Amino acid sequence: MALKIVKGSIDRMFDKNLQDLVRGIRNHKEDEAKYISTCIDEIKQELKQDNIAVKANAVCKLTYLQMLGYDVSWAAFNIVEVMSSSKFTYKRIGYLAASQCFHESTDVIMLTTNQIRKDLSSPNQYDTGVALTGLSCFVTPDLARDLANDIMTLMSHTKPYIRKKAVLIMYKVFLKYPESLRPAFPRLKEKLEDPDPGVQSAAVNVICELARRNPKNYLSLAPLFFKLMTSSTNNWVLIKIIKLVSCFCVVKYLGLLAMSKILKTHPKSVQSHKDLILQCLDDKDESIRLRALDLLYGMVSKKNLMEIVKKLMLHVDKAEGTTYRDELLTKIIDICSQSNYQYITNFEWYISILVELTRLEGTRHGHLIASQMLDVAIRVKAIRIFAVAQMATLLDNAHLLTGNMQRNGICEVLYAAAWICGEFSEHLENPMQTLEAMLRPKVATLPGHIQAVYVQNAAKLFSTVLKSQEGSTEGTAAQETSQLMIDRLPLFVQSANLEVQERASCILQLVKYIQKLQQKEVEVAEEVSALFAGELNPVAPKAQKKVPVPEGLDLDAWINEPPSESESEDEQPKAIFAKEEPKHSRSRHTEVDEKELARRREARKQEQANNPFYIKASPSSQKVYQESPGVEHIPVVQIDLTVPLKVPGLPMSDQYLKLEEERRQKERADKKKKEKKKRKEKRSGRGRRHDSGPESEEDITPAHMVDIVTEEMPEMCLTLNHKVCDIQGNLQDGSQVVVSVIFENKCDSLLKSMEFNVLDSLNSKLQRPEGSGPHDGFTVPFQLPPGVSNEARLVFTVQSIVMPQKMKGTLTFIVKNEDSSIHEKLDFKLHFTCTSYLITTPCYSDAFAKLLESGDLKCSSVRLEEVNMPFHHLLARICFHHHFSVVERIDSCASMYSRSIQGHHVCLLVKTSGQTVSIDAKCDEPTLLGNVLDEIKQTFSQC
Amino acid sequence: MRFMLLFSRQGKLRLQKWYTATAERDKKKMVRDLMQIVLARKPKMCSFLEWRDLKIVYKRYASLYFCCAVEEQDNELITLEVIHRFVELLDKYFGSVCELDIIFNFEKAYFILDEFLMGGEIQDTSKKSVLKAIEQSDLLRIYFNKADA
Repeated sequence: MALKIVKGSIDRMFDKNLQDLVRGIRNHKEDEAKYISTCIDEIKQELKQDNIAVKANAVCKLTYLQMLGYDVSWAAFNIVEVMSSSKFTYKRIGYLAASQCFHESTDVIMLTTNQIRKDLSSPNQYDTGVALTGLSCFVTPDLARDLANDIMTLMSHTKPYIRKKAVLIMYKVFLKYPESLRPAFPRLKEKLEDPDPGVQSAAVNVICELARRNPKNYLSLAPLFFKLMTSSTNNWVLIKIIKLVSCFCVVKYLGLLAMSKILKTHPKSVQSHKDLILQCLDDKDESIRLRALDLLYGMVSKKNLMEIVKKLMLHVDKAEGTTYRDELLTKIIDICSQSNYQYITNFEWYISILVELTRLEGTRHGHLIASQMLDVAIRVKAIRIFAVAQMATLLDNAHLLTGNMQRNGICEVLYAAAWICGEFSEHLENPMQTLEAMLRPKVATLPGHIQAVYVQNAAKLFSTVLKSQEGSTEGTAAQETSQLMIDRLPLFVQSANLEVQERASCILQLVKYIQKLQQKEVEVAEEVSALFAGELNPVAPKAQKKVPVPEGLDLDAWINEPPSESESEDEQPKAIFAKEEPKHSRSRHTEVDEKELARRREARKQEQANNPFYIKASPSSQKVYQESPGVEHIPVVQIDLTVPLKVPGLPMSDQYLKLEEERRQKERADKKKKEKKKRKEKRSGRGRRHDSGPESEEDITPAHMVDIVTEEMPEMCLTLNHKVCDIQGNLQDGSQVVVSVIFENKCDSLLKSMEFNVLDSLNSKLQRPEGSGPHDGFTVPFQLPPGVSNEARLVFTVQSIVMPQKMKGTLTFIVKNEDSSIHEKLDFKLHFTCTSYLITTPCYSDAFAKLLESGDLKCSSVRLEEVNMPFHHLLARICFHHHFSVVERIDSCASMYSRSIQGHHVCLLVKTSGQTVSIDAKCDEPTLLGNVLDEIKQTFSQC
Repeated sequence: MRFMLLFSRQGKLRLQKWYTATAERDKKKMVRDLMQIVLARKPKMCSFLEWRDLKIVYKRYASLYFCCAVEEQDNELITLEVIHRFVELLDKYFGSVCELDIIFNFEKAYFILDEFLMGGEIQDTSKKSVLKAIEQSDLLRIYFNKADA
């Protein structure tokens, strides 16, 4: 055996290896063919030897010759021999030769099945890899069928090297043996999320190739691919996925979406693709069509409007009986009516488009068309003649529209048609015909509100007809017209609809009276037409503002002084109370009225806000109302504190949070009120603290309602007290801080038109009423007569609570004296301390110990010198001003705890010796801790 | 990808890899035709051309043409990237590769290609992992050779 090996390697020394062969061929340029044929002879000899190394060398040379175009199929069996060598070196050469030379009709392939299976399950991953690579080139349907299972197992191999090869070869297997797809697919899909990027990209490749052949079957994978597309950083994979997604038609959608974004900044460049976008309307995917519609809306111009609408109308015809058609209809109207019909150059065209749209059966948007008809006919005077003629035709052919009266939404257009014909009846060519059309018995099947309009406008038409008939010679014609009305109207008088009935009976009586006069040959036409004289003009939504309030009219003065019960009561005890409390009793009296007034005003505002027909109040209109004479006599202040002002813009979810908070606060409401009153009395809060120990300890409970800062401009006549009265927060969406600001008027003049504004910082923002800009102020909803104070609540959103916040702000207001009024400004700073975000939370000593042990907390400490107060006062002070609670106290040492609204724990260990106090503190948020300690230090430096 | 060819400016085939089984005769004809077409093209002409029902993507590196045939729906640019990545791999493996490297070590070139592409699809986009697989198998070979000796 040993000899054999030695002999083999000696033989090899004389054999040509691949390099020799290549060199030889290059040296025999002239007689290449002859040289190669001798080489092939040598190779044949080599193949006859037992030595596998020699054989492998021969096979390697053959592979090279095969590439040069020589036939080597005769050596197929030798290739299989080399493939089945146990040595990787030779096996690799064998598989390479096989992958180059074998094809489906090579018969020895049948012999390889078992060998390949053995290699696939080899413990050496490179054996497996070589086998897979080779197989991918020469796999036949038979091999695919026999080996599918083995390969499927390899897809879950521990080595990603094997997994990726197995995944890739699966594609070849599917092609040769499609039945294998179904069982293998779940595993393949799983590989899309393989942790190894190589395997993942292989899976993407395979699925993309499969999906390209039949995209529909792979649509369910779209979300997965979408995820990959957004998360993958591998460009190779991304290109494949985008290719695939384009098979799903999603790319078209994305393209349209992108265009709509571009449209906003570069309308020209999108408009040039108009035809392309119109083509998308033909797409079978509805979402693409709708996207295209959206895009068209933004790209119309005066030039292309008609063309685009024409194309859309074609689509309307095609889309019969779908909801998409309704969408088209609304879009057409949207497109045409946008920016006050900016793009319409020819309204006759638009009216005809609307009339064409009425032919759509079963649309839900009749009222939309109707409102457009009305709008155009009223606002575009020049079009009325044309519009009236069109509407008259519509009324004449009403039976065409109302095939199925009640359910058919399109009959709404008759509402518009009847009104237009009636109102502008002077333009009618044949009013008599239209009148008859409006009084047809079939009208009674229309919905009530439409009948009502019919009846009313029949009367208008009647007056027009009378006018024309009375002018002419035949006096009987006018009487016949009256008779027609009298004959037809009773049908409507019997209507079940109240409105129709009322109008019909009213008009019927009128016509009967007219008939009587006619019989006496009195000319009535003039007087009848007077009933409907005058033109109805469109009114802009804000027109009301332009109407000046007549002089001497006070909209808020009582028309009738309300009966005052107290008056009679006052009569009797006057003798007793007159000297002592005249002021008090009167002020209370007015207060009742004021409260009532305020309440009613609130209610009215609420009602107006909910009424869409009401023009919303704006600051400017308020000014008008405030400047009206007599307003000074009405004290408009002191909204009772138990009726909290509505805080606008508080998100719903927070409302729930607030409920719990409110429930707890209710119990302390009385105490709070007391406290507030006290504060109002103070001129300035700076330096003013609840100093006495017992009182402050009492006040600890509602402690998270504490002054943040109070500032005052000395020469100013107004004091502002701010305090946080309600804090809510969670980590997710920042915190809401409700700040109650007390406005106190110190001067002798009325203050009004107060506008409160702050400069928003990145972290803290004032919540402004909906619809106002980021720099708009908050209009203080009350005025301040001399000496009066009132409170307004403002909501701030605060992102991070670990830092104190200072917000600059200004309050502008008008000081109104007897003879003049001055505009004044007051600058202030709102100071949100970190302390104000702490909530007094009780903590038991064992829980406290656990918290300290947890090791999650950062440490910090501070020393206070020359603190001259008893220890319990000191603790009470920290408790009161900084919202801590005492956990445990032993002699001159105490542990304290508090929690922020975002759940940060703050622990303090306070020790005192003589006049020095040291505070060791721990918190899971070092910045917050530092700031809280600074604030504590400041508290004690002030005393 | 249907197949990949490497041929010299003189029209000598240096490497061929067919990813779909094709009869020997057809292969020869296709290679001959394609070489003629590609070699006749001027340097400034486009790297893509349509040929029969296939798209041909080729690129010349020194004296060697790398030429791939892909299906119509395939992306030409990514194919060009595949070619380039293959050249990079050869370059890394042989150390500034030249035509002769491929002539004399043609089986190595095949092994690299097989680690990079399989069944006409990209197997691994990472150069590192491809080269690592080659190195490992080379080590394995050396190990066996030593065992032989």
